Amino acid sequence: MDMKIIEVKQSIFADNDADAERLRQQLKSEGTFLLNVMSSPGSGKTTTLVRTINALSDEFRIGIMEADIDSDVDARTMSENTKAKTIQIHTGGMCHLDADMTRQGITELGTADVDLAILENVGNLVCPAEFDTGASKNVMILSVPEGHDKPLKYPLIFKVCDALLINKIDVMPYFDFDMDKVTEYAHMRNPDIKIFPICAKTGEGMDAWYEWLRTEVKEWRS
Amino acid sequence: MHELGIIVHISRTLTKLADEKKLSKIGSVTLEVGEVSGIVPDYMTDAWNYYKKKTPLLAESELRMETLPAVTFCEECENTYETVKYGKICPRCNSPRTYLLTGSECNIKEIEAC
Repeated sequence: MDMKIIEVKQSIFADNDADAERLRQQLKSEGTFLLNVMSSPGSGKTTTLVRTINALSDEFRIGIMEADIDSDVDARTMSENTKAKTIQIHTGGMCHLDADMTRQGITELGTADVDLAILENVGNLVCPAEFDTGASKNVMILSVPEGHDKPLKYPLIFKVCDALLINKIDVMPYFDFDMDKVTEYAHMRNPDIKIFPICAKTGEGMDAWYEWLRTEVKEWRS
Repeated sequence: MHELGIIVHISRTLTKLADEKKLSKIGSVTLEVGEVSGIVPDYMTDAWNYYKKKTPLLAESELRMETLPAVTFCEECENTYETVKYGKICPRCNSPRTYLLTGSECNIKEIEAC
């Protein structure tokens, strides 16, 4: 058989982007807000989320999806320390979640009794930023020990996030971390990004973050 | 690993396309890969050769890649320059107020199929 050349001219992300948009519309109609949380490994995602869930669990019915390449450590931590409905998603070796995997997680979690679904993405600053999961809002956690130059090195993740939590501010005196510089660099990538300096361990700065999330969830569900 | 995820998406797109156009075999896939897309061509080829065996449509296909040059625009002096050579700071006026015009994309350009 003769091969013929067929012009495709399509971004490799087009298929996932369309799928993500469908999931977003579905969640909107079902009244479930999906928060996609991204960061490097060890930035304090799980600690931040445990505290956030416990602070908001009287206001919203919360579900959490823990995505990891392997293990159920985070899912166990969540179910031992919060009342949130928890499921574990294994990415089967992949370094990120796409819209299709997120939909499978959402289906398992169920939206009927969940107002706020949180997706704890795989710890990685590169790949999760490229794949739209269908989330209502994207949030990133950057911790002080990682350094203030990250917006320069990993521009895309700062571009796609609506809020940036700067965690572990309690150890600032021990690191050469410049809060003004990180703010400047992050705004260079994304002028609209909201920045919240926090310490998930002590609770410092968390109220402003809760307030932002609360407002976003209410707006989405209204 | 990142390359493998991308290939899964390419495979899905092509499977859909093959259904629409009634294609049974793909001989080659040509991608346009931006210079600063973060995609490593060697890893792509390895991941492609691993993954294609799982998809009959692609089993005998060859992956080809064409590079799209990365170009940055400076908001200060409205100059464009080569991203890979000069990075984020404009070589003409030293401004950091620059953004990428092209070079981060990855497109499926064309396929050979029957």
